[in-house]
Amino acid sequence: MSIFAELIISIALIVSGIFGFVGSYGLIKLKDSIQRLHAPTKATTLGVGGVLIASMVFFHFEKGHISIHELLITLFLFLTAPITANFIAKTYMARNIKEDELPPSTSSYGWSVYDDPPGTEEDQTRLL
Amino acid sequence: MLLRRLVPHPLLSLTLLLVWLGLVNKFTLGNLILGTAFGLIIPMLTAAYWPDRPKIGRPLKIIEYGLIVLWDIVVANIQVALIILFKREKKIQSHWIPVPLELTSAEAITVLAGTITMTPGTVSATLCADGSSILVHCLHTDDPDSVREDIKTRYEKRLKEIFE
Repeated sequence: MSIFAELIISIALIVSGIFGFVGSYGLIKLKDSIQRLHAPTKATTLGVGGVLIASMVFFHFEKGHISIHELLITLFLFLTAPITANFIAKTYMARNIKEDELPPSTSSYGWSVYDDPPGTEEDQTRLL
Repeated sequence: MLLRRLVPHPLLSLTLLLVWLGLVNKFTLGNLILGTAFGLIIPMLTAAYWPDRPKIGRPLKIIEYGLIVLWDIVVANIQVALIILFKREKKIQSHWIPVPLELTSAEAITVLAGTITMTPGTVSATLCADGSSILVHCLHTDDPDSVREDIKTRYEKRLKEIFE
């Protein structure tokens, strides 16, 4: 393996290590759950991304074939990470935040954690 | 309409085939047939959960959108890392930012919410009950209006071109 490839792999690994560390440190430092939620989104993007890039470069130069698994990991992360974050945020809102602490929505319906969507039974009785 | 019942979601079928070929990491005829079978059977079994077929208006725009999001992720990662490392805890000003949506299709709103969460510094928390606006939590900003403008001009406008 050439020195050039080794350099790229090393840089990618160091970058991902730094961002993984910052993400973990953020979990300790930030003060409530909704702020802490921001920290792991870092670890899953550049943190994991760096390792995946390093892995692709390594297999390309060492074994001479292009590995597609890393791209799939990226795809699955991009599919699952936002959904997890969204569920945590909603749970946190339902348990810890009252509706009047949030800015109002721009329509006549409130945020879906607190308000029912149009067309449900509760909604019909509210309109009457 | 038989074809439509057999292949309710051609794009989903194609994606499943490509993901399967990627998972086995080896292109053979057997894998191609198996992947095609998955691509046909899974959309049929799950068709009840996907009543509408999303329209993809301009496929090339998807690549542009992906590249822009990747770039934003790298930039925002560095910004948020700096906030976490060097900003005093009391000086971090988090904001809830309601963003009115012009998008109407469920797929487009899902992609937008995912993009907002994956770009560090912002997390999409919940939708308005009728889906006409989205509530975003921003880790630190001095100017909530500029965050809203960014989301609307960088992401929503492009998604509108792709999906509608």
